[in-house]
Amino acid sequence: MEVILDNLPLYLRGFGMTLYLLGLTVLFALPLGALVAALRISPVPSLRVVAAVYTEWLRNTPLTLVFFFIAFVLPRIGARLDYEIGAVVALTLYTAPFFAEAIRSGVNAVPVGQAEAARSIGLTFGQTLGNVILPQALRGVVPPLINVTIALTKNTSVATGFFVFTLVSTGQRLANQNGDQVIPILLGVAFFYLVITIPLGQFADRLEERVVVNR
Amino acid sequence: MSQVLYDAPGPKALARSRVISWVVAVLVLGGLGFAIFQLSGQGLFDADRWDIFNDPLVWLDLLNALVTGTLAAAGLAAIGAIALGVVFSLLRSSTIKWVRIPTTVVLEFFRGMPVLLLILFILLVFGVPAFWSVVIALALYNGTIIGEALRAGLRALPKGQREAGLAVGMRPLQSRLLIEFPQAFRNMLPIIVAQLVVLLKDTSLGYIVGMTELVRRGRLTSEFFGAGQYAFSVYFVVVAMYLTVNLSVSFLARRLARRRGQRLDTGRLKEGGMGDQSAVGNAPIIGAADGAAGGDGSGTS
Repeated sequence: MEVILDNLPLYLRGFGMTLYLLGLTVLFALPLGALVAALRISPVPSLRVVAAVYTEWLRNTPLTLVFFFIAFVLPRIGARLDYEIGAVVALTLYTAPFFAEAIRSGVNAVPVGQAEAARSIGLTFGQTLGNVILPQALRGVVPPLINVTIALTKNTSVATGFFVFTLVSTGQRLANQNGDQVIPILLGVAFFYLVITIPLGQFADRLEERVVVNR
Repeated sequence: MSQVLYDAPGPKALARSRVISWVVAVLVLGGLGFAIFQLSGQGLFDADRWDIFNDPLVWLDLLNALVTGTLAAAGLAAIGAIALGVVFSLLRSSTIKWVRIPTTVVLEFFRGMPVLLLILFILLVFGVPAFWSVVIALALYNGTIIGEALRAGLRALPKGQREAGLAVGMRPLQSRLLIEFPQAFRNMLPIIVAQLVVLLKDTSLGYIVGMTELVRRGRLTSEFFGAGQYAFSVYFVVVAMYLTVNLSVSFLARRLARRRGQRLDTGRLKEGGMGDQSAVGNAPIIGAADGAAGGDGSGTS
């Protein structure tokens, strides 16, 4: 316990970096994910193919490899990114397909009858989507989006291996310095992650219940 | 796909969509071509950037790392995760309060932590080798997620299943194990397999803690042969290996999901009014169920 309080600034530094990665990634990945989701349902086949290939590619590649590409391979082909910016880029590329899938699943939760009714009174594709499906989907979309955000929070830890000082780096450094107090040190790190993930999870659960009641 | 949202296109719409398709195809291919041109301008596709792959030893090395590092860790962790998942789901859906609540707390704790932190914890606290700390951490973490999936599967079963079990004189645990659990497991199989893909991908975290798996081996290989001129080619091969393995497992997950869906459909017809397994048979607004790999926890690295 003492060791955590003594090194609070170091913890806060790691915590700050984790929040920074989290915030920027959500900021960029959410619009990108929405775009990918839109492409996947568009009437134009080639757009669907592009979106599907991107989604499948990234979802089947380990995040570590995405980081690896940005940190070690890109500089070799002449594009050196700052490590922190690189981490945000890697996380954004990786998370966007998951956001897209979350949005898709939210849209799928809207009963088909809604779309059929909208179509049968003559609304166009855009109108059906914009006026009927999306407003209803939005409520169902929020819980899965939060779940992806929780996963993202945990994924920011991968940046540790690629020269970014995250919460896990805090734990690593302190554990190296105080070999006898590894357990409290790492529990401290876990605490800071749980501070983000548990409230988000509770929030998602509560929303989910409300959505269910509404329908 | 998504036929509810728009009419079957007429001749005009078809023509328009064809034009857009071509434009997009040209743009994408053009972009790719430009990138390849730029890269080859730097000599990336010259023979001397790829010649290490003429050496069978390089391939053996990488394949060896894939099998004895990545796949071995994933296989062991998968067995552990499924076993733990079964135990966790039974404990968490227990009717006894002092079993259920502590398990819930412990599971929430594991679920809210990054896998990397779990790996480090096991590595530093118990001093096991990197390989085993990766295996144990992945088994624990994915065990909680599979456990949650199984619990959801148990909850989604028609109530009559348990009631029938109890009515014929089974003890609660007997009914759980003999009647409810096999059904829940089968229903959740696609989600479990999808989670195993996640697990397989997460073995790459071993790279960070110094375990010799595919990513690390790739890095060592490219560094062994020189000052980074092989970085791109080795990376390319490593990604290809991962995609091959993962896409095959994902494909399996999808096929399981489809078979499952069919069986539920026919099952519903026979059962008549009983089917409260709603939604499963309903056609979604968007596309088919290729979201199998997008299940609950799959956002995890």
